[in-house]
Amino acid sequence: MALLEISDLCASASGKEILRGVDLTVNSAEIHAIMGPNGSGKSTLAQVLVGHPAYVVTRGSVVYDGQDLLDMEPEVRAQAGVFLAFQYPVEIPGVTNAYFLRAAYNEIRKSKGLEEVDPMDFLDLLEEKLKLVEWGPEIMQRAVNAGFSGGEKKRNEILQMAVLEPRLAILDETDSGLDIDALRIVADGVNALKRPENATIIVTHYQRLLNYIVPDFVHVLSAGRIVRSGGKELALELEAKGYEWLTGGAEAA
Amino acid sequence: MSSPVESLVNREYKWGFVTDIESESVPKGLNEEIIRLISAKKEEPEFMLQWRLKAYRGWLGMKEPHWPNVSYPPIDYQEIIYYSAPKTVMPLGSLDEVDPKLRETYEKLGIPLNEQKLLAGVAVDAIFDSVSVGTSYKKALGELGIIFCSFSEAVREHPELVERYLGSVVPMSDNFFAALNSAVFSDGSFVYIPKGLRCPMDLSTYFRINQANTGQFERTLIVADEGASVSYLEGCTAPRRDTNQLHAAVVELVALDNAKIKYSTVQNWYAGDENGVGGILNFVTKRGKALQNAKISWTQVETGSAITWKYPSVILQGDDSVGEFYSVAVVNGRQQADTGTKMIHIGRNSRSTIVSKGISAGRGNNSYRGLVKVLPKAAGARNYTQCDSMLIGNRCGAHTFPYIDVQNATASVEHEASTSKIGEDQILYCKQRGLNTENAISMIVNGFCKEVFKELPMEFAVEAQKLLGVSLEGSVG
Repeated sequence: MALLEISDLCASASGKEILRGVDLTVNSAEIHAIMGPNGSGKSTLAQVLVGHPAYVVTRGSVVYDGQDLLDMEPEVRAQAGVFLAFQYPVEIPGVTNAYFLRAAYNEIRKSKGLEEVDPMDFLDLLEEKLKLVEWGPEIMQRAVNAGFSGGEKKRNEILQMAVLEPRLAILDETDSGLDIDALRIVADGVNALKRPENATIIVTHYQRLLNYIVPDFVHVLSAGRIVRSGGKELALELEAKGYEWLTGGAEAA
Repeated sequence: MSSPVESLVNREYKWGFVTDIESESVPKGLNEEIIRLISAKKEEPEFMLQWRLKAYRGWLGMKEPHWPNVSYPPIDYQEIIYYSAPKTVMPLGSLDEVDPKLRETYEKLGIPLNEQKLLAGVAVDAIFDSVSVGTSYKKALGELGIIFCSFSEAVREHPELVERYLGSVVPMSDNFFAALNSAVFSDGSFVYIPKGLRCPMDLSTYFRINQANTGQFERTLIVADEGASVSYLEGCTAPRRDTNQLHAAVVELVALDNAKIKYSTVQNWYAGDENGVGGILNFVTKRGKALQNAKISWTQVETGSAITWKYPSVILQGDDSVGEFYSVAVVNGRQQADTGTKMIHIGRNSRSTIVSKGISAGRGNNSYRGLVKVLPKAAGARNYTQCDSMLIGNRCGAHTFPYIDVQNATASVEHEASTSKIGEDQILYCKQRGLNTENAISMIVNGFCKEVFKELPMEFAVEAQKLLGVSLEGSVG
């Protein structure tokens, strides 16, 4: 059984149709890259999968691990193992990274009938995960994303992902705004978290990140539909030929 | 998700029960006879009666203020009962004699009136309607020379202290509600900390309104003599009723040279229902006077009341005196709050800090009103004000009315303000990490209030955080 099965998914925001029949199957242990020009619906797809209230699903279905994903509240999706590394992570002033992450970790544990973890044990667990993103413990005492640089915010998303250990991780433009060192740290983090039972969807505009995280499949989204799917070589072809090669300038309209 | 209105209807005010106890009340309405009756019931000395009558005569010529940014139906002062007391309360109530029903009431409110069960290190004065039902640790504190008792008892036992300080910070003619309070005040707490003594435990008063149609007019006076220090906590609740009840209190703090007073309030009066029916009208005058090198710090968490009108202030009279005001004010449903502070700089190098966090949800309306005044002699005076508002939903309001009046060129005054809205994105972010909407809002709001909560004594801070969660239940649809 596929981990994620998207069929004929259509979605709109403020009455404007953005996704126009997306079909996608993701199995465990696979990494899928979704590429496409600006405005093609890549980020919308990511937001719809986590249940952003600004998007309305007008048609189609999404089955995750045998369940109707679209029928689940956003927090229930998260508890079931769906994780989105946001393109623009929000700031939460006054709430420390440590407090926030432990609250999230414990909510997910509770949903599985497991006991909550106390702050001391959680710090031990964090120590390992912090190494993955090459951070010291002091970052945990700062308020969530408040005053973080763009790169720090993205690294923080990967740290959260490492702690929460999702089954399906969606990375929305995680590479945008990253310098080469940050890009390597983020990619190393993602690669280290790869498990046979998990899957990853990488949403990106550029091929760059895919030099570090090698996808099993590459899909090109254009005007709300997947117009081409292929192996990792498709990304290189896109890089060489540009999106117009596949979209025929449909996005320009 | 349920609609906001639906959730608000279901909102629980768990302190809303009524204690069935036989009470003795004076007839409703206000005139000189009623004042004489209240004074007689309290067996007050003549000076007290004359003070009340003078205040009453002054009040007759005053007008109810309507400048606050709030609206409410007219108050009929002749429909209010100005004194009500459970029949079983002993005039000099010690804790052993407390009526079991009253004891039960306070236990339900989480305030056991039993010294063994009390929070370690906190002495409590419990006020029920117009009287104090008992004060704990009175004896132990008394051995140190600390006076902590009900106001009525202070008038009888320590008239010289009362006469000297009563009205010295909030004169009887200060404002309409302060004048009314001065005429009819019933009970409250009195604290005196002798010279150089640091009070070994937190002192607290718990106010409870029980009777219908009764106003509560408490009067609190805290005097810290030279070099003394004390931390005082105030809590309050009332039953759910569908009529407004007036609560017009006066609190005066006197910090003599080098003294320190820290006054913390968690105000949780009944706020009225989702349509704005009922609830407490909380019209309170709180002010402190700090002499040389003295420090007065107000911390308030205001979550209850239909209407809140209060400006805990500090007169920085002495050189090097310090005033602080930390406030969290939450409005939800149809609540209205017009609150803030006044910092009056008179002494040289006097310093003040104001941190105000206003949270508006539902159809609530929240106004910050603050005055920073630096008089000509206050050379080197400094003020820092930070005033932040947070909006939840799109039917609430947040307003800021800062007044700054600087008459000395060497003074420095800073004012920072911000308004933010808890957005869909912020909530989705938390939900995407596994938190539900209520927990997400509670976390975001608590983060917003952190600077104020850290000023509260520990047990109070925990209580305040919980209360904030309850107050904002169902505020986002």
